[in-house]
Amino acid sequence: MSPIIEIRNLGKQYKLTPSQPYMALRDVISGSFRNILRTDKKQTELFWALQAINLDIEQGERIGIIGRNGAGKSTLLKIISRITPPTTGSAIIRGRVGSLLEVGTGFHPELTGRENIYLNGSILGLKKVEINRQLDAIVDFSGVEKFIDSPLKHFSSGMQLRLAFSVAAHLEPEILMIDEVLAVGDIEFQKKCLGKMEEVSKTGGRTILFVSHNLNFISALCNKAILLKDGRLVNLGSPKEVVSEYLNSVIKKGVNKDWGINPPGNNIVQLRMVQLISSDGETKENFDVNESVGIQMNYEVLQNGHILWLGHNIYNQEGLNIFDTHNVDSPYYNQPSEKGCYSAIAWIPANFLNTGSYFVSTAIFNHAQKIVHLHERDVLFFTVNEVFEGVTARGMSPGDFPGIIRPILKWETVKLK
Amino acid sequence: MEKFITHIQPPKGFSLGLKELWQYRELFYFFTWRDIKVKYKQTYLGILWALLQPLGMMVIFTFLFSKTWKIDTTPIQYPIFVLGGLILWNLFSVSVSHAGESMIRNANIINKIYFPRLIIPCSSILVALFDFLMGLLIFIVFFLIYKQPVSWTAILYVPAAVLLTLIAAFGTGTFFAALNVKYRDFRYTIPFLLQFLFFASQVIYPLQVVQQSWLKYVLAVNPVNAAIELFRYPFSFSPVDMSIIAIGVTSTMIISLIGLYYFRKTEAYFADLA
Repeated sequence: MSPIIEIRNLGKQYKLTPSQPYMALRDVISGSFRNILRTDKKQTELFWALQAINLDIEQGERIGIIGRNGAGKSTLLKIISRITPPTTGSAIIRGRVGSLLEVGTGFHPELTGRENIYLNGSILGLKKVEINRQLDAIVDFSGVEKFIDSPLKHFSSGMQLRLAFSVAAHLEPEILMIDEVLAVGDIEFQKKCLGKMEEVSKTGGRTILFVSHNLNFISALCNKAILLKDGRLVNLGSPKEVVSEYLNSVIKKGVNKDWGINPPGNNIVQLRMVQLISSDGETKENFDVNESVGIQMNYEVLQNGHILWLGHNIYNQEGLNIFDTHNVDSPYYNQPSEKGCYSAIAWIPANFLNTGSYFVSTAIFNHAQKIVHLHERDVLFFTVNEVFEGVTARGMSPGDFPGIIRPILKWETVKLK
Repeated sequence: MEKFITHIQPPKGFSLGLKELWQYRELFYFFTWRDIKVKYKQTYLGILWALLQPLGMMVIFTFLFSKTWKIDTTPIQYPIFVLGGLILWNLFSVSVSHAGESMIRNANIINKIYFPRLIIPCSSILVALFDFLMGLLIFIVFFLIYKQPVSWTAILYVPAAVLLTLIAAFGTGTFFAALNVKYRDFRYTIPFLLQFLFFASQVIYPLQVVQQSWLKYVLAVNPVNAAIELFRYPFSFSPVDMSIIAIGVTSTMIISLIGLYYFRKTEAYFADLA
């Protein structure tokens, strides 16, 4: 049997215009005047989001797509789901495609839950008879029966998400594409969704393409994974193998990095080793949300008298720079260093980061002198996980706990009357 | 399973994509249903809005042009004359302005799901048609109150007028919708263009009052004039000015072809732009 998806030499090129992708009529009109006057045309930069992708996917396979931001993961799904056309190559899709690039697409706050099921279902490609048949199952799975006939604007965001995922989980296309759906929602619901997805792909022979930054989900759900890097397919294999290549090559290393004989740096200072440690000194990469994360760097100063600043950049899984930290409260800060080996640990407090995956970049520099002795990107990788025991910023509240960070703040409440 | 084979390739050539539109007819229905439902759920007066607007305009124009400036529209009484023109004009202008903005309004769906994009402006036009049918009911009530005589040919001419308006609105609306995606400041010109077209339409005056025949023919390029001419014929009993109809139908066809062609040519890239 021929593969359900055949991708041949697929590529997608975008034009990078200096400002926005769309134009203003004003600019076109004024621009054409300018072009008459001047012959030098503004150069638009071309950029390949995807290049030379060849891939066969058999029916029933669950493919995880891994890669850093901008590697082309979403572009690939968008081409297969026909949202955007490719620039080169072709793809043959032998089956209906259900795309779930974001749950709840087309949800309207003024319509009731039930009405939104019909609307969203038909947008996702379900026929009305199929929705009729599945309605009870959809409502049941979502767990929002009581509110199903009230307008969606009265639903909490968690309830909207449950409803949306529930519709999506009952899609019956041969190929289902999912992009980052499970990044939100509470743990219980995520487990339910994972179970459902495993069930549909195993019993229904459904083919699933799954894009996520959450490597645990990829390993749990998929039977194959592909790794994209700068728009090219660099590896295809078992999730375990591809995930570890991703961690090794793209992120270089996870929990500990020891450079041995080839350390980054110069003849003034060299970085010997970085690692992640818990408060009891154990090297690890999976931290609980109510645990402090220690980033340790060992470095060797080779010349006396230089003023060295130490710093880390912390990025979340979307590539957002959450914060930078410098060793400002250390006695060595802004002092001339003596030759020798040093170890510095930066502690990210417990109950500060939200759950998710994080990357650490490390630098030794002096901003005042505009010198960067070394700046190693993505040297460490760790995850922060939900816990249900102990004190967390979530307190008693169930469901998705939004926000980039999740600190416990000091609340001063007094009774006034 | 063989039924669902899709070939994905860089876009080339031009096709109407009618077969695909038919496959997605249920989505078309749901979009239209959503827009009608939401429109009338959000307003306190609901469906009354569709009726109050033309009625209010009718009162104002009757006062101005029938009582003050005494425009002669015999044998049609002026309130009936202007109400008929207004509901047909509203069908055109609401269709065009809603269809024109529809792609931007639905950008979040366009960015995430594939479906024939033509569904979106078309469903905007159907929502306007729904308003028009409400308006037509009011028109019938008024025409009974005023005991306006009418020929039985209305059964043919009124639907023909509506069809012509819809086709013209479709062409203009899809063209504007595509332009709006590409040039974000185009939307600001739409109200101005419609305002201009309103005064170039025989809504508040009959085209016969225009003295210069060349100007009459220029105005006939505006498709709404031909549609209103057809609409009023069964009430006026005077012969239809065939040249106006011919010019209007021709320009409607040209506008629709341009609009549809431009829309189909650019739609593949809407998700990259929106």
